[in-house]
Order: sequence, then C-alpha cells, then structure tokens
Amino acid sequence: MTNSFTPGFLAIELDDAGWEGAEISRAVLAAESAGFHAGTFTDAPAPGRANALQRAAFAGPVTRTIALVPEVDTVYTEPFHISTQLASLDYVSGGRAGWIVTAAESPAAAAAVGRSSVTGAALGQEAAASIEVSRRLWDSWEDDAVIRDVATGRYLDVDRLHYVDFDTAVDFETPAGFAGAGYSVKGPSIIPRPLQGQLPVLAPASLLGEVSADAVDAVLVSSPTAELLAAEVRDVRGRIGAPVAVVAELDVVLDSRGQAAGERVAGLDDGRAVYAGSADGLTDFLSELLKEADGVRLHPASLFVDLEELGRLVLPELRRRGVLRPPTPDGTFRDLLGLSRPASRYATTAAPAGAGK
Amino acid sequence: MTQHTRATSEIFTPSGQIQFGVFFQGVNAGTIWKAPESGSQTDFESFRRIAQTAERGLFAAFFLGEGLRLREHLGRPHALDVVGRPDAQTMLAALASVTTNIGLVATQNTTYNDPADLAHRLASLDLISGGRAAWNIVTTDNAWTGANFRRGGYLDHADRYKHAEAFVETAKRIWDSWETPDGPARRVLQQGQHYTVDVTPRLPRSAQYRPVLFQAGDSPEGRNFAARQADVIFSAHPKFDDAVEFRKDLVERSLAAGRGANAVQIMPASEFILAATDAEALEKKEWVRSLQIGPQQAVAYLEQFWGRELSAYDPDGPLPEIDPVVEETSETRGSGFHGAKARQLADQWRAEAKDKGLSIRQFVTSRTARVDATFTGSYTAVADQLAEYARVGAVDGFNISPWLVPTGLDDIVNHLVPELQERGVYPTEYRGSTLREHLGLETPVRSSDGAVGAVRA
Ligand SMILES: Cc1cc2nc3c(=O)[nH]c(=O)nc-3n(C[C@H](O)[C@H](O)[C@H](O)COP(=O)(O)O)c2cc1C
Repeated sequence: MTNSFTPGFLAIELDDAGWEGAEISRAVLAAESAGFHAGTFTDAPAPGRANALQRAAFAGPVTRTIALVPEVDTVYTEPFHISTQLASLDYVSGGRAGWIVTAAESPAAAAAVGRSSVTGAALGQEAAASIEVSRRLWDSWEDDAVIRDVATGRYLDVDRLHYVDFDTAVDFETPAGFAGAGYSVKGPSIIPRPLQGQLPVLAPASLLGEVSADAVDAVLVSSPTAELLAAEVRDVRGRIGAPVAVVAELDVVLDSRGQAAGERVAGLDDGRAVYAGSADGLTDFLSELLKEADGVRLHPASLFVDLEELGRLVLPELRRRGVLRPPTPDGTFRDLLGLSRPASRYATTAAPAGAGK
Repeated sequence: MTQHTRATSEIFTPSGQIQFGVFFQGVNAGTIWKAPESGSQTDFESFRRIAQTAERGLFAAFFLGEGLRLREHLGRPHALDVVGRPDAQTMLAALASVTTNIGLVATQNTTYNDPADLAHRLASLDLISGGRAAWNIVTTDNAWTGANFRRGGYLDHADRYKHAEAFVETAKRIWDSWETPDGPARRVLQQGQHYTVDVTPRLPRSAQYRPVLFQAGDSPEGRNFAARQADVIFSAHPKFDDAVEFRKDLVERSLAAGRGANAVQIMPASEFILAATDAEALEKKEWVRSLQIGPQQAVAYLEQFWGRELSAYDPDGPLPEIDPVVEETSETRGSGFHGAKARQLADQWRAEAKDKGLSIRQFVTSRTARVDATFTGSYTAVADQLAEYARVGAVDGFNISPWLVPTGLDDIVNHLVPELQERGVYPTEYRGSTLREHLGLETPVRSSDGAVGAVRA
C-alpha cells in the first residue's frame, strides 16, 4: 500500500447528481466508464440532498466496477442500524461498498434528534465506537453460518453466530445528557456477513487520534492549498505508520467548452485544496500527487461538465503514464485497496452465541 | 363516481377491484429453504427476480419486513427457519433502479428510530424512486430488542401507539414542510414526552407528495391509529367472512376518526398454493406444508411452550407426556406473541391431539400453517373466489407471501393474474407512475400549516 510504485486510484464525489434516479445513474455510469475506481456520496445536511447511502444503493445494480462509498454519520445515528444498512449496501453492489465515517459537529444535527450537542474529543469517540460496533456485527455471522442442512433441519449453524456484547465501558467526554451517554449493543447482526467480510472504512484524518489508525482502511487527507497537499499526505502517512491507504482530497475546476476554470471557481469555499485550470495541468498535478498518495478523491465544481473533461483528457493520460491503474471488472472495494478478505474475528476463538451469557 | 366522493363518502363503496402486493418476509417458517429451487435470501438477484416478476404482474407494491433482533429459541438464535435479511430501505433503493412502476414498501419501527432521521430517509427513497415509496409502520417494542440500540429501552405498552402517532404526525409535517418544489422549508419543531425534534427539512415533496402509509397492527389501538393516520392496513384477516367483518369494523373506525368510509384500504397477508386443477393444488399443499413444518420445526414449536428440550420425542408420535418447566410460555422470542399459562396450554393441546389422533407434526402443522391465510385451488377456482372479494369490497387487495424465493410468484403472475383480468377485477395496466396512483389514493391533505407543532404525546 505504501509502495509508491503501485499505480494509484481515483475517486469522484457524485453529490452533484442530486436525488433523481436517472441522474444518479447517468453520473455513476459516466464515472465508471471514465475509469474512476470509486464514487462517493456526501451526506452533510444541505437543502435538496437525499440520504447518501440510498443514493449509493440505487447506483449498485446499474454498475459493475466502481466502488460505492457513502458518508454515514456516527454521532446521531444508531450503530446497529448503520451496520445493517452498510452490510446491505455491500449485498446490492456485489461487494463494492465502503463507508466514509463522519462525525456530525453541527448543533442542528443534534437538535434534529433532540440530543445535546457533541463536541471535541467526544466526536472521535463516537466515531470509534460506531466503527467498532459495525465491525463486530459484520463478523457476528461467520461466513458459513447459513448451512441449509436438510438432514438436521437446520438453516443456520447457531455455533457460527456470535453475540458482539459491545459496551463503551465509560461515558464519552461530553456534557451530561443522552448524547454523550455510553451504550451497549448485543447482536448478533440481523443480516449475514457482508460479501467483503468487512467493508473498507475511510475516515478523515481529523478524526485520527480518538479513532485509531488500525480501525480504518483509508484516511482522507485535506490541505488548504494544492501546493501543500503532497506534503500533508507525506506527513499523515508518517504519523499513522500503519498499512492504511492515504487518499488526498482535491477540488477540481477545469477549463471547459471555452469557459476558463477561473470563471467557475468562485463557488468553491470548503477549505479544501483547489486545482483550477487546464486538463493537461491537472494531469501533471495528479501524476505527481499519486506518487505520494495511494489515491485521490476529486470534488468537481460541476459534476457533469468536469466529468466529461476528466474522462476524455485526464484519466486516459494518467493511465498511459502508468500512475493510474486500470479498473478491475467485478473486483470488490477491498480488492481495489489491496486488502485481502479477513476471517471473522469470532471464527475460531470466541464462544458461540448462547453459551455463557 | 369520482374518487373524491368515494374517499370522503360516509357510505362504503366497493371499488370492484383487487390489487396485489408481495411480502418478501425474509424471516419466517413459511419460506421453504429445503427445496432444490430455493434460492438465496440475501443475494440481490433474488430480490430483483421477485420484484421484476411482481412488476410484470402489475403488482401495486413490493414489501420488505423488519425485525431488529434475531429470533431466539431456548436462549440461542433460532436455527430452523430462513433468517438474515437486508435493511429494507437500502434494498428498496437498489430495487428502484431495476424497476419502474412497482411501489416499494419498507417496514420500519417507531421505537428504535428518530422521527427526523426516518422521515428524511423515507423522503429520500420516495424521491429516488420517483414517488413509489411507502412506510409500513410497526410498533413492536421490547427491552430484549432494545439491547441492540443505544437508545435502549422500550415504551410502556400502553404508550406505544401514542408515541407512534406523535412520530407519524411529525414525519408528515417534515414531508409537508416545503412551500414550493424549490423550497425553502419550514422549520419543524416537536416537543414531546418521548422525543424532541427541531429540524429544517432538506427535501421537497415527491411525485406522490409523501410516502404512502401502511399500518400492520391488529389491536383496537392499532386499528384506531390506522383509521386516523394510515392509507392502507396490512391486515391479518384474509378469510372471507372475517375480512368482511374487519372491513365493517375499519369503516366504523374511519368514520369515527372523521375520515371517509373508503379512506383506508385493506390488504391482508396471504399465501397462494395454485395449480391447473384443484386436486393438483391440494397435492402441492401437502408438499408445501411438509417442507414448511419439518420434524425439527414441529418439535421446536412445542419446545418454546414447554421451555425445555424435547428432541427425544418422535415428531410422528403423540405430544410429550412430560410437563412444561416454565410458568409462562415464551414463544420464540421476536415472534411477537405473549405468554399463556404453560401447563394449562399443554393439557389442552394433549387432549386436542389425542381427540383428533394427531402426531406432534400433524398437530403443529394444523396450528401454525397459515390456515386462514392460504388460498388453495385451481387458477380458475381461486380467481372466482377473489372476484367475490372484489365484488363486495371485502378487501382492496392481498399482500402475498411467496413460499418459494425467488420463483414463488411465477404461477400467480402467469396464470392467476390473467384469470382475474378476464373477470375484470384486476388492473390491466399501471394507473400512473406513483404508488399513490396505483392504489387510487387521494392526494394527501397537507398537514399542519403552522411551523410549530402542537405539544403532545
Ligand atoms: C400482517 C402483519 C405483518 C407484520 N409485519 C411486521 C414486521 O415485519 N416487523 C415487525 O416488527 N412487526 C410486524 N408486525 C407487527 C405489528 O406491527 C405490531 O407491532 C403487532 O401486531 C402488535 O401490535 P398490535 O398490538 O396493534 O397488534 C406485523 C403485523 C401484521 C398483522
């Protein structure tokens, strides 16, 4: 993963496609045929933005290669529900699902569910707890738990199902009230183990610390300017020291149809590094960046406009230069990240469900 | 007569039509997994196949059930039935991309969800699917299921529907919050005993305005709740006389709630065992039942009432002579039944089985098979039967649980639907593009025009 000679991968944020089914299909198919390896779906509350996980699920059956990776919040959601939803996404996408972990900071998100606002270190603690719950639940059915054994009349081998008995142990560091209270989750999951065993988990570097690098498969790295991005990637890689993919975040505005990028750049003010300019310039920039980062996620200023230029001019050239790998038809998201399919943590050691409760 | 007068009239008028829905249950004894043609319960292909077959048969809706904790038997997960199912809304969002007309109904619980979050996700499904989403509102709640949730606990049983109703009213206000298709939204504020919501909704109305509401709960409180809030009841009363009775009851409750006699539709849960002739259908039924209630299931069924292992007993022999070890029965946890006095029940059952000369397996089959919910016969005979339901308006449709996945709807779509169409009691095309249109439901009255909801429940 850290071998800088391995060609990298590219992800693209598909939020601009909106909520209409036909538009989601158009966007995700365009991204797939352009050779993007993953499509992501932001879920930050905004007018007109539909649930990210459902948009990703809609995209599952219409695509074959591209990984589908929604953001899912960990602070004001039920870990049991999001674990089930993400496992289900893995089924409807044939093993191409991933999860971008977010931790909602806005007081509005807390008010919507009637909880007190979670801030500071507790955000990362919430995220860490949610990731752990999901990972345990995904393992709570061993791969071969469904046996369909006609002779004994058993559909399940109950010995291959496991209670997860998760407990936060201590209350999170947060003001009193429901929001910060610790909690427990019993299990087992209500859906069999996901096709990938464990979905790849991606987290922004800002959550690292409370979220251990071992708990994630990829880290999303931002910097305020494009010039600083490669150095930031190097820095984060040095800090985590774990075999975790590092993915750089980049806003992109390309010159298109006679309109200079500069004229469209105004709308971008999200604090991420921005590349604005020609397709050739972006190709050179990404060629260098992909020597440092395992992958880059592009946030196009205008999805359909920029996607056309990217597919026509940028990705083919990156592949020709050998810095971008060709998409693998029918591969899983884990395959893309170079991760093998792990055995369930409960496979050999833990007591079966029901024993010694 | 126009739909408007039908829906607001005080006199019930049969539509003369029936609709079909398919209920992909995912967890139950009714789905046969032992046959060679039994497919996967989790692969997307199984869901796609059933949904597309249903759509070919002009079914109004595809339903997914929900259970938020695995059922248990004698303290361990129940092993004998199909189990393990995808999240309903995630699966339905995926199915939206491979279907164009069929309604997509998610069973979702009011106890283990937050109103603002659930309303947003249902609105998302409704928009993504082009106005085909529905919510089957269920209220199942217990501490045992709560152990999977951070909000933990559960509600007083008596408060269950109060909570559910406040939940649903909040959801409706969230769906109705956009002034125009482009916004901006009104802020929705709800302060109650069970939860507080303060949210500025993010999504506009869908092509069908808001998700259609189904309700599945049979207690008097459940029926009243449906009469006030729901568009359709997913009922447990498919047999003709019972269905007619249930219709009467629901019409009364709807009128009492200030709605029209036709305002709430009824679709009972049902099962169909069909063949070219009645004789063949009966033969098929034997086969279906033998695979639904195998020897192990029969013994396990008794074990949950006896509270002890009975595997030493011959399923083809008489009921166990030993007594239950529990005071109260605890039927397989998660199946939604409540206890009766165990010893008394055992005595009663032993006497009944002895009387009728039934083995364990025969006795259990007679109790558990969906006796009341099964239509068995030739395509023409069953079509005649259903035409009678349509004529008197006993139901508005049937929600069919296929006993085989994914081929369980094939004979219904290929043979029964054409018979019904010939009799003029089944749609010959989709009426529109939304679920609300398929069902002939009114455009909903926009709820509460004030931004701030009443403080209640
Ligand atoms: C036909 C039918 C289907 C149901 N499906 C579900 C289900 O999938 N999940 C669930 O939690 N409850 C389900 N229920 C349970 C009801 O929603 C309700 O919680 C239960 O019947 C108890 O409510 P009551 O006391 O009003 O009957 C179903 C009920 C009926 C009648």
